[in-house]
Amino acid sequence: MQPFNGICVDWLQLAGLLAKLHHAFPLHHQTVYPLKRRDFVGLTGLATGALWLPSLPGFGESILVDPARLLETVDPAVKKRMADAALNAAKSAGATYADVRIGRYLNQSIFTREKQVQNIASGESYGAGVRVIANGTWGFAATNIVTEAGLAKAAQLAVEIAKANSKVQKEKVQLAPQKGYGDVSWKTPIQRNAFEVPVKEKVELLLAANAKALDNGANFVNSSLFQINEQKYFASTDGSYIDQDVHRIWPTFSVTAIDRTSGKFRSRDALSSPMGLGYEYLTPKAADKIAGPQGTGLIGYKQSYDILEDAALAAQQAKAKLTAKSVTAGKYDLVLDPNHLGLTIHESVGHPLELDRVLGYEANYAGTSFATMEWKAKNIPYGSKYVNIVADKLQTGSLGAVGYDDEGVKTKEWDLIKDGKLVDYQKTRDQAHIVGQKESDGCSYADSWSTVQFQRMPNVSLRPGKEKMSVDDMIKGVDKGIYIAGRGSFSIDQQRYNFQFGGTVFYAIEKGKIAGQLEDVAYQANTQEFWNSCAGSCDQSDYRLFGSFFDGKGQPSQVSAVSHGSATTRFNAVNVINTARKIS
Amino acid sequence: MAILSKDEAQAILKKVLIFSTADECQANLNGRTVGNIRYARNNVSTAGLSDNISMVVESRFGKRSGVATCNQFDDATLRRCVQRAEEIARLAPEDPEYMPLLGPQQYLTPVSYAASTAAIKPDYRAQVAADSIGLAVGKQLTAAGYLEDGAYFQAMRNSKGLEAYQQSTGLDFSVTVRTPDGTGSGYAVADFTDVSKFNAKALTQIAVDKAAGSRNAKALEPGKYTVILEPAALVSDEGLLNNLIYSFGAREADEGRSFLSKKGGGNRKGEKLFDSRISIYSDPLNAQAPSSVFDGEGLPVKRMNWVEKGVVKNLYYSRYWAQKNGVEPTAFSGNFIMEGGTQSVQDLIKSTEKGILVTRLWYIRDVDPQTLLFTGLTRDGTFYIENGKIKHPVKNFRFNESPVIMLNNIEAIGRPQRLGGNLVPPLKIRDFTFTSLSDAV
Repeated sequence: MQPFNGICVDWLQLAGLLAKLHHAFPLHHQTVYPLKRRDFVGLTGLATGALWLPSLPGFGESILVDPARLLETVDPAVKKRMADAALNAAKSAGATYADVRIGRYLNQSIFTREKQVQNIASGESYGAGVRVIANGTWGFAATNIVTEAGLAKAAQLAVEIAKANSKVQKEKVQLAPQKGYGDVSWKTPIQRNAFEVPVKEKVELLLAANAKALDNGANFVNSSLFQINEQKYFASTDGSYIDQDVHRIWPTFSVTAIDRTSGKFRSRDALSSPMGLGYEYLTPKAADKIAGPQGTGLIGYKQSYDILEDAALAAQQAKAKLTAKSVTAGKYDLVLDPNHLGLTIHESVGHPLELDRVLGYEANYAGTSFATMEWKAKNIPYGSKYVNIVADKLQTGSLGAVGYDDEGVKTKEWDLIKDGKLVDYQKTRDQAHIVGQKESDGCSYADSWSTVQFQRMPNVSLRPGKEKMSVDDMIKGVDKGIYIAGRGSFSIDQQRYNFQFGGTVFYAIEKGKIAGQLEDVAYQANTQEFWNSCAGSCDQSDYRLFGSFFDGKGQPSQVSAVSHGSATTRFNAVNVINTARKIS
Repeated sequence: MAILSKDEAQAILKKVLIFSTADECQANLNGRTVGNIRYARNNVSTAGLSDNISMVVESRFGKRSGVATCNQFDDATLRRCVQRAEEIARLAPEDPEYMPLLGPQQYLTPVSYAASTAAIKPDYRAQVAADSIGLAVGKQLTAAGYLEDGAYFQAMRNSKGLEAYQQSTGLDFSVTVRTPDGTGSGYAVADFTDVSKFNAKALTQIAVDKAAGSRNAKALEPGKYTVILEPAALVSDEGLLNNLIYSFGAREADEGRSFLSKKGGGNRKGEKLFDSRISIYSDPLNAQAPSSVFDGEGLPVKRMNWVEKGVVKNLYYSRYWAQKNGVEPTAFSGNFIMEGGTQSVQDLIKSTEKGILVTRLWYIRDVDPQTLLFTGLTRDGTFYIENGKIKHPVKNFRFNESPVIMLNNIEAIGRPQRLGGNLVPPLKIRDFTFTSLSDAV
């Protein structure tokens, strides 16, 4: 994969950025650095921020364009003609199945620090990928020559590759049947296209957030806004012509407070979430705010986010971290905010239930899974009776929401864990037969027109509790516990047993009440022990989405964006360690 | 053809400068031809090829800068690309950290290209996969691996007279071999500039032996252990040593947000922070792990000491931060080389009374940037050593440790090997902190 060419800084600065990005944002189960260091050598030393672009879905391989280009679209009738050219060429060359994805991937990112703009970049990547089955074997080819001739040539090449690969193939591809949908379309239900908002307005909002942080005592603040639009046209020999317009947005920041005398420094990151929404996410609405536990000042955000309010609180909490009590290691009841728990769900439920991992296809990179089909057959409880985990690609505002996946399957919702028992996995069309099923779950995704689609995680969410319960009601019942909000350091083994998670902010719970900020907290647990210690969730009114732009898988690595919903949830007697150390 | 010669590349870059009407203009041209093959479950799963050349033009008016890119190089496209960069520059805010472009520079002669690697064909990759799979199948084991190789060039030129060009090649291979019952797993990884040094069978054999030898691991109590960390346990995209080197930024240190920040202000350059046997430097002309002789801004890369006998000798200063602090800027280095001795991993095992051999560390994440504390897990071959011999495989551990502490707890340093474009020795370290057990194999 050719990374975003050209905009880059030197490697130490880059490394600093990656380290910060590492710290501030979830890069899942395998670090997503499609860039090797040699990719940076020889690139112009310009804008720091833009080098993040290759790590984002839809940001790879793009060329820089005028922001006005981001508002253009391509006529579906034109795309249909080109798609048909590819499908016909594939069939003539001997394919028994073919699909075409014509993709226009648009993005814009804005980076600021304190009172200055560091970078604004708008990018576009346009091309098509053709996937075929010939001799029972997959073949794939992509082209940036988006014409009937260009696509037909790619289709022929894909068939050639399939035929060549079939010589070493031991098992033929078995595709679950899929009906054609004819000409259909789907669009993320956005209210305001972020690309229609003047750059000046977006810059002013980020600088205003920085000012809030600085006014409230921050020493440093970095803020950024990522906006993505995937204009995807899918056609297949099953008779589908699917035009989709997918939007995503992610505002975020990191605030740092420093005590020069002691040399201590602490950061507090934004409690926003990347979302499948338009710019309306940045217009705060009272109905989307959920008060956090009494005594914390925290606010949970649903379908809109108040960046100014969060930046002010972030500065206060970053400062408080400098003098907060260092946790005493031991067993604690944990009360986990949805913006924290989402990552734990992602790592300990989302990944182990990817069928390709279960089967060993990711053994050399992302790893395998403890939750094999043999393990499932034993009926061992994955979690307590409160653990009901559902997969979907439908939830409004989620990153996984689309009408159809990247192999033309209409999206749906299905159970993964029911009353604590594992009931199903995540599948694509060529995997359904392996678990004796007749249809795909709609989990196919490619991060670019130039990359081949494969099984990726849908939204994986914990259902809220059925009984009415607020976060304060939950905390009332906790004698010795810790409340954790926001993502922090996270690490899990390659089969998803042992994990260690930190967080953004930590509060002690003593005798049913919040008792001040804590620091140096991380919990270590085993996936099954952890989910079996689940003692219930708050109700639907507390339900929120956590998200990530950076789920990495495959070699060469591809990224995908995914959300995880939950309400605040309690876990009993979890092992907490103190992460403070002394260096000379 | 994605690899342009120096003359071909400079001819295109010259045109860009002719089309420029800006105060300053700089153009970079990069190209690559890359191929890969991936296998899993003893079967080839995917194979790919990609070719690309792309151009970045940066135009500046005063302190305003704009960038545009293109991937076609006819006159009309180049002219539009330059115009777009200039339009964006005119609209951009002034950069408070503006630095003028560099003038002509003197560069070392690079040694980073091997024609043998550039000549790799798809059938070679298929043979590598077949050889690797064959070894695993012969032992009733399962292999999953990935090979990627490529030829690259980078060229730049600016309106101040700077001119640079370099070609390079590289090959990366990794393989994980597992037992069919999932109780054993082994790993091997390597990278080269010259494919003639690459032996897929020998590497796969290491992974095969580790997989077969790691069956039925016993559990040891977590705690502090003497460990022998093989290079793959020290260096990876997320490796402990990579992370340490990444943290050598002067600006972060001066701003008070780095383990190299000094109490009360400033940074810790000149202080002895590591064991006296630790020396780390960069050198673009290292024969085993060569790298680029110029960086992204055109600064010449030369040998640079980062740590000498445990003392922090240099921090990374960007051109802006260097000017602000009245010091020389630091060029971007493409590699790091940690000095070592002559002992092999086997020699290190022989001299160990009690300890743990670690093949690989994985899923490494920073826990506390203040102390550079990281967590992660052992993977694909972890063994207990007693009286100079490998006694039995042990279950995997989670660790919580800081490379700063590790490099003060050195027992022995082995012979450096290339990994990730760097040279890194295996290290024997005392009191390495394992905090829990993992059931993962």
